[in-house]
Amino acid sequence: MSLAIATNNAATQRNWLEKLGPGHIILGTALVLYPLVASDFFLTQIGGYSLIFGMLGLSLMLLAGYGGMVSLAQITVAGISAYAIAILGNNNSNVLGFGWPWWLAVPFAVVAAALASALIGWISVRTEGIYTIMITLAIATATYYFAQQNYAIFNGHSGYAGIRAPVFWGVNWRDARPFYYLCLGLSVLSYAGVLYGSRSTFGMTLQAIRDNPRRMRALGYHVTAHKVFAWLLAGVIAGLAGVLLVWFNGRVSPGTIGVDAAIDVLIIAVIGGLRHPIGPFLGALVVVLMQTFAIDIVGAERFNTLIGLVFLVIVFVSPDGILGLWGRIKPHLAQESLRPGP
Amino acid sequence: MSLLDRPSQTLSSGGMTLRQAWGVAGLLAAAVLTWLVFAVWPEWLNAILISKKAFVSAILNGITLAGLYFLVASGFTLIFGLMRNVNLAHGSLYLLGAYIGYEVTNRTGYWLLGVAAGFAVLAIVGVVMQVFVFRRLEGDDLRQTLVSIGISIVAADLMLAVWAGGTYQITTPEWLDGALTLPVITAVRSNGVSVFLTYPLYRVVVLAAAIVIGVGLWLMLHKTRVGMMIRAGVDDRAMLQASGVNVHAVFAIVFAVGAGLAGFAGVVGGSALSVAPGEDVRYLLASLVVVIVGGMGSITGAAIGALLIGLAEQIGLVYFPTYGIVLTFVIMVVTLAIRPQGIMGKAR
Repeated sequence: MSLAIATNNAATQRNWLEKLGPGHIILGTALVLYPLVASDFFLTQIGGYSLIFGMLGLSLMLLAGYGGMVSLAQITVAGISAYAIAILGNNNSNVLGFGWPWWLAVPFAVVAAALASALIGWISVRTEGIYTIMITLAIATATYYFAQQNYAIFNGHSGYAGIRAPVFWGVNWRDARPFYYLCLGLSVLSYAGVLYGSRSTFGMTLQAIRDNPRRMRALGYHVTAHKVFAWLLAGVIAGLAGVLLVWFNGRVSPGTIGVDAAIDVLIIAVIGGLRHPIGPFLGALVVVLMQTFAIDIVGAERFNTLIGLVFLVIVFVSPDGILGLWGRIKPHLAQESLRPGP
Repeated sequence: MSLLDRPSQTLSSGGMTLRQAWGVAGLLAAAVLTWLVFAVWPEWLNAILISKKAFVSAILNGITLAGLYFLVASGFTLIFGLMRNVNLAHGSLYLLGAYIGYEVTNRTGYWLLGVAAGFAVLAIVGVVMQVFVFRRLEGDDLRQTLVSIGISIVAADLMLAVWAGGTYQITTPEWLDGALTLPVITAVRSNGVSVFLTYPLYRVVVLAAAIVIGVGLWLMLHKTRVGMMIRAGVDDRAMLQASGVNVHAVFAIVFAVGAGLAGFAGVVGGSALSVAPGEDVRYLLASLVVVIVGGMGSITGAAIGALLIGLAEQIGLVYFPTYGIVLTFVIMVVTLAIRPQGIMGKAR
């Protein structure tokens, strides 16, 4: 790299930075520098966990925000990749465990999750609107009961334990700092992918299908194929989140993919807002912070009541979640600052 | 047109129409089933289907479970059909009804009072939910669904706070205990004495109650003025409103009946099985699948769906224990693939 090329590229460089926007740059810098100030607990239990659930919420946001398909089966998709990691890799439950290396198991798990997601999508796009939420809830619940009853594949009620994150390049990726950066890297990748994808031809077509499927069909677009492909993409993101989740917990059981968890993902996405890919990450941070610290206020017993009430208030007050609240407050703030000072 | 008609004419003159073929197939299936239930089984059949007792019990359990599922799902399907409201708190209504039935039965000692309380309290809860929550979000079905999810979370947590995590059993009165000897021979002993199948009386009563309520609902929907309004509302809500009908009153009635039936089913089901946290999700899933399979907004569809799912669940339990849920799932997927709107659902 010579200096000349660097200066020649300066114009495009600035252009690229401008495209990124100051918000993204500040946020990105803060997230990269976060480990300098945060303890291990804040790095993984808050940071890593929020990012994982943010990715799950993002996969739902992709479907709901751009495709108009509200799914309750995202945790099921993540669970499939988590179970795949446990079955293909190593676990200490003495059931299955093929002992594949991580670089073979992870792609398989993610592909399995994506295919499962596409299948769920194919089943549910046969109907429209509110039916999707019912069918995906039925699928999520049925999978949960199946995982609980079946011992041959899912090892029943106890599931799999003793799943370790890989160690390579001399780094144990389950250590606080590497794990945080791993989560951050994959989150940024998914986030950027969704943001870019939403402006691509496919993203535009998907949004047009959301707004008027009949017209798009009349224009000659294959509506079902576009929707199913969106499910496939959402499945990739949820699958990656599932891999991180199983490395984070070290175990996976039917409780991981239960109805509570499925609803948690929906709550995260709705609290954050379904209009922009940053929403689910915001929602995940809020919910994880509440999960961690609200217990001190209301006690671990009644936590669900609190989160349920917060969810109800958000749905009633601001259908677009925190992002919607921000969008409503922002114009007022701008006006305040425009007023001449005293 | 006459040209187009010709192929079907030649078909029907050659043999029978598709409709007749279905009729014959149905009669054959009914005959086989009757033979399976009443005949004494040869050895080879016992070898395939475990035993006659297991088979007939699975069928009977399936049918009675279907009765219970029908009670829960009919309210769900009515509410959806009329208001486009996917009430995902329906399972919570079932569980709350069961707990209330348990408390009332336990304190007063009258089981029938518990059943009545389960229906009445939940009917009131349903009206309150409709008037204070869902009416505010009318026409926004996604938000209504989200709100019902929020309600179900809070309700499940509060019920856990009040009744803790234990399992309760509602005691049935003595006149419902005991078993019924059915005219079904399960085996013949070596000394030539036939062994008849016995079946709990209570379950037969549950099934009878479900049938009575199903017929009652059908009559209400098809023979009364309110039923006429409800059916009109299912077809075209705006037109019903324009005809001068107070749709909000109709909505409140439907919500009261639907939620009340869920509470009723809770008490009845809690007496046959048990009451515990997590049952709400189980019955929500059952209602969802029954309604997806049977078709939204159709009472007949709910009955057919409940029968299919109840039978699939019980037969699956006996013949492929750990894969039983897959059978339910397959029924749902096949229905969606062939008839996305459900067996009795209307295409919209």
